[in-house]
Amino acid sequence: MMEKTKQSKKLSGHSLLLMITVILFIAMYVAGCIMYANKGFTHLQNFLNILISNAGLICVASGMTCVMLTGGIDISVGSLIAMDCMILADGMANKGWNAVFAIVLVLIIGVVWGVVQGFLVGYVKIQPFIVTMAGMFFGRGMTAVINTEQVSITKDVSATFYNMANAKINLPQSWGYMAKTHKIAPYIRPSVLIALAVVVVIWFILKYTKFGRVLYAVGGNETSASMMGLNVKKTKMKAYILSSVLCSIGGILYCLNTQKGYVQQAKGLEMDAIAAAVIGGTLLTGGVGNVWGTLIGVLITGTITSLVMTNGKLLSSWSNILTAALLCLFILLQAVFAYIQRRSES
Amino acid sequence: MADNNNVLITMKHITKTFPGVVALDDAELTLHRGEIHALMGENGAGKSTIIKCLTGVYERDSGEVHMDGVEGNIHCHSTMDAQNIGIATVYQEVNLCPNLSVAENLFIGREPRTKLHTIDWRKMNRMARELMQKLQIEVDVTKTLENYSIAIQQMIAIARAVDMDAKVLILDEPTSSLDDNEVEKLFGMMRNLRDKGVGIIFVTHFLEQVYAVCDRITVMRNGKFVGDYSVTELPRVKLVAAMLGKDFDDLASIKSEGGTHLGDILYEGKNLSHRGTIKPFSFKIHKGEVVGLAGLLGSGRSELVRCIYGIDNSQTGEAAMEGKVLKTKSPLDSIKAGMGFLPDDRKADGCIANLSIRENIIIALQARTGLFKKIPMAKQCEIADKYINLLQIKTASRETQLGQLSGGNQQKVILARWLATNPKFLILDEPTRGIDIGTKTEIQKLVLKLADQGMSVIFISSEIEEMIRTCSRMLILRDGQKVGELDSKEVELTQENIMAAIAGGENK
Amino acid sequence: MSKEANKKEGGFFGSLIHKPLFMPILMLILVLLINLFKDPGFFKIAIKNGVLYGRLIDVLNRGSEIAILALGQTLVVAVSAGTDISVGSVMALAASGGCMVLAGYGNTSVTGIVAPIGIGILVGILFGLAGGSINGLLVAKLKIQPMVATLIFFMAARAIGLLLCYNQIIYIRYQPYQYLGNFLPGSIIPTPILVTILMIILMELLLKKTSLEMYIQSVGINSRASRICGINSDLICFLCYAICGMCAGVAGMIASSRIYSADSNNIGLNYEMYSILAVALGGNSLAGGKFNLAGSIVGAYTIQAIMTTLLAMGVSTDQSPVIMAIIIILIVVFQSPVFKDWAAAKKKNKAAVKEAA
Repeated sequence: MMEKTKQSKKLSGHSLLLMITVILFIAMYVAGCIMYANKGFTHLQNFLNILISNAGLICVASGMTCVMLTGGIDISVGSLIAMDCMILADGMANKGWNAVFAIVLVLIIGVVWGVVQGFLVGYVKIQPFIVTMAGMFFGRGMTAVINTEQVSITKDVSATFYNMANAKINLPQSWGYMAKTHKIAPYIRPSVLIALAVVVVIWFILKYTKFGRVLYAVGGNETSASMMGLNVKKTKMKAYILSSVLCSIGGILYCLNTQKGYVQQAKGLEMDAIAAAVIGGTLLTGGVGNVWGTLIGVLITGTITSLVMTNGKLLSSWSNILTAALLCLFILLQAVFAYIQRRSES
Repeated sequence: MADNNNVLITMKHITKTFPGVVALDDAELTLHRGEIHALMGENGAGKSTIIKCLTGVYERDSGEVHMDGVEGNIHCHSTMDAQNIGIATVYQEVNLCPNLSVAENLFIGREPRTKLHTIDWRKMNRMARELMQKLQIEVDVTKTLENYSIAIQQMIAIARAVDMDAKVLILDEPTSSLDDNEVEKLFGMMRNLRDKGVGIIFVTHFLEQVYAVCDRITVMRNGKFVGDYSVTELPRVKLVAAMLGKDFDDLASIKSEGGTHLGDILYEGKNLSHRGTIKPFSFKIHKGEVVGLAGLLGSGRSELVRCIYGIDNSQTGEAAMEGKVLKTKSPLDSIKAGMGFLPDDRKADGCIANLSIRENIIIALQARTGLFKKIPMAKQCEIADKYINLLQIKTASRETQLGQLSGGNQQKVILARWLATNPKFLILDEPTRGIDIGTKTEIQKLVLKLADQGMSVIFISSEIEEMIRTCSRMLILRDGQKVGELDSKEVELTQENIMAAIAGGENK
Repeated sequence: MSKEANKKEGGFFGSLIHKPLFMPILMLILVLLINLFKDPGFFKIAIKNGVLYGRLIDVLNRGSEIAILALGQTLVVAVSAGTDISVGSVMALAASGGCMVLAGYGNTSVTGIVAPIGIGILVGILFGLAGGSINGLLVAKLKIQPMVATLIFFMAARAIGLLLCYNQIIYIRYQPYQYLGNFLPGSIIPTPILVTILMIILMELLLKKTSLEMYIQSVGINSRASRICGINSDLICFLCYAICGMCAGVAGMIASSRIYSADSNNIGLNYEMYSILAVALGGNSLAGGKFNLAGSIVGAYTIQAIMTTLLAMGVSTDQSPVIMAIIIILIVVFQSPVFKDWAAAKKKNKAAVKEAA
């Protein structure tokens, strides 16, 4: 009997948070539809636009989820994206690189970045925050070292990249609600497909590979994990590599969306990624979370931005504030749940 | 059962020293196939050290370990090495991942794979279910581990160990947080495994459990091997005697013959209790009295004093000091009421290692005086010097960091910390643990002197001999309950009486 | 023979390293030496237009914010073995808050002010204090890891600042507002230097005249034992974060006064890293416990000296974080127990090899 009550109490902790998240998303979106129906918020394209502009963030947040599952954090992602974008833009515009070469180079840099951060966290056992904060400043600084000016990727710079960026995948016109006022058929960009593919792959990794399960184990209890003979150091390092590689993929998608590179690019993106993961049910202490929740988390932050933009009168900093407030709320909720659990156990 | 052909593990002449401490001194342990072997000893006896030397958590300084079926002298460098040769350990705090499912906890690291090399969840769950059925544990293997009680988690940990073909299973205090039913379940499982030929080393504080389930007992004391007995030939009282040490060290009797007349009541606790550790407990302490709390580790003696001092809050009952109701929500309240508390875990609860001796001595006094009323430096030095001289603390200067002193001198500094607050009521939890014999006597003498001056003292020690020398009255605890009270006036305070009271039950 | 030599070496090296100010001062001297070779004019101090002028004065002046932040950061590191990564953002928030009060909400460029300067500065500092207090509550009461707790303000404070400033940069083109960040009338010493000295004196008084210093160290070393000694560990922890926030407020107001504006996007940019770096450079362990305020201050000026040097060598302020990041990683790696164990093992090996030979 006692076991059962305990069980339901504990189950409610995690699933309650996730439920709050889902309800929050639906409520926000419905509220948006009601408030801004005349501004096209109800059109499918509005939703697709959220996906398009957040394709990069989806990749980054997926990687962030993996790192956070181990109980770590990676705040270098925003800077890494800025650096990636700058490498792409500067490489193609000023150094005459081929688009494919630049993209491959960015991916390789992602791996190296992850190896260094992962080694420092996993093997040298430095707090992830310090390591990735140094990474954050390093990346932003390197961006400025490459080029302090804004570099745009126009059609003249690289036709391949330009075409990739502007490729459209049209969806049937009938899918678009209110298609009368919006004559164009709803569309997405390839980046959305890539981002969704990343989510599926990460879900698969987390669920069906040993590495994925060990991520959870390490986050659940590091000592236990190593006692069970799992290689904690290596797993942590791999998690950071995965995060950085996904961040580089995200950077490429981000660049496809913005088509330029500048020093202050993607500033604060680490917060959006962390917020998405946390709002999506990933525990900051590690061990709990999944990538689908993170996807919803990204959609929530995207919806906030979309709402603020559609409103038009609100200051754009409101979207940052609301995201931060939401992050704060969820951190507090997590802390309160943990506090309750501690109380009930002692 | 213990014929020599059946020997599974022999550990001989094991020595292990830590900086300043000899944890194991020529210790030994022999385990046979198909036996449950209790490893007994008080705090600091070296039980966990010898186990850690076996499982590769520590590397021993010297000594030999042999295992049946493994060639040569075994050196495990990690728990993995130990697992690979078939030595598995289940600790008091369950070393599994609470956020993973039961099945995963059983199989992670060696999970069944599909053809695509991905995890075969269906097969894993099926295997887990079979294993659980075999061991008669009723769980839903797809649920996360945190849904189950500690007992079940403990059993799942054992199941994991067993399924990995463990020949030797070490259970390090697995029962300390279990209730009777759960313990019985666990014992059933242990017997089951024993009958299959597994050698089990069982570390526990509970005497009943030893007699309920074990075949042989190895007793350790102060890092040394005391003896290896068959359960049937070692009655409880003898076991307690072996654990606590009956041999009188050649210290002169230091107890003052003078008045044991009792002063007024200083402290009175009524029905104090703490969930899970102390059952409602009432007692009185008079002025100028040294009261011993006797009982084995886990009997609730430390938990009780932590409640009195306000580190943990007691759930029921009330306390009064000098007739006034005492509400201790935090240690500061207790200090203000005139209490002092020397905790048993010197390193974790006592030492502030990187601060100087001076600061360590005056810190409690300073806390009582208040943040904004800093004790002037000259006064601080005066107090520090006074106690360094009084307690003969051996140090280069009063500004030396506490962490650089030997254990005995560290303990003196912490004692000085409380004396500096001039308490009316001093609680000493194992003040002499891990301290050389000379310092021990000094501390004992000091306690008596303080009592003579009117201070009331609660004295806890694992050494009965020491308690008899210092205490004028003893409360005996077992399983969080007061099971006896012995008074020196009535010449009850003898080792035999105390041990009998601690051991409880029928005198086998 | 070799063994003895080794021991001696270790002893000498060890005793030097154990001098708390050895590392920070060595670093500072190193940086200054580089400057001496590059540009002997570095050490020239002159009086131009009635004020002190020279590279060294520049370092002292520009380093003020880092030094003030380092004061608070040192306490936070000591008490909680964590860092407050929100200080830079809180600086911006404080500046925005102060300027908003001075300019009146909604005004973006004013030549006169609507509230006394003192009130504006005070409000700015209070904003910092409020930010620090919230951080303190999250860490001390809710037991959230320091960096996660301060992450919230790290990310939100600038946005709140923007909100206070109506998403604009507020300019206060009113001469007296610039006194704080530049020169008081008739003074030849830049005001930030004076403020820093004042802050250091205040902090020293607070730490030395009360028993706060001992409490902080004690909680940082062993919070359980401290509690048993009667110290309210949570309260001490909270206080440190609150003080750190207040320091950020002061630094933010100085930074704002320098440019007579509240630029929420750029004030205090990267300063969280500089402050942490200053603490680490000052020879303080990021694992908490004992601390040395003087070291942090020297560390702060070392960082400013490095930045001034880099700037003189043509490295822009956007780029200098690269070098800072490398330095911070090197310091934490050298401080880490893993590295120390590795180095010790290597030394042992070397000794063994020598012995064998």
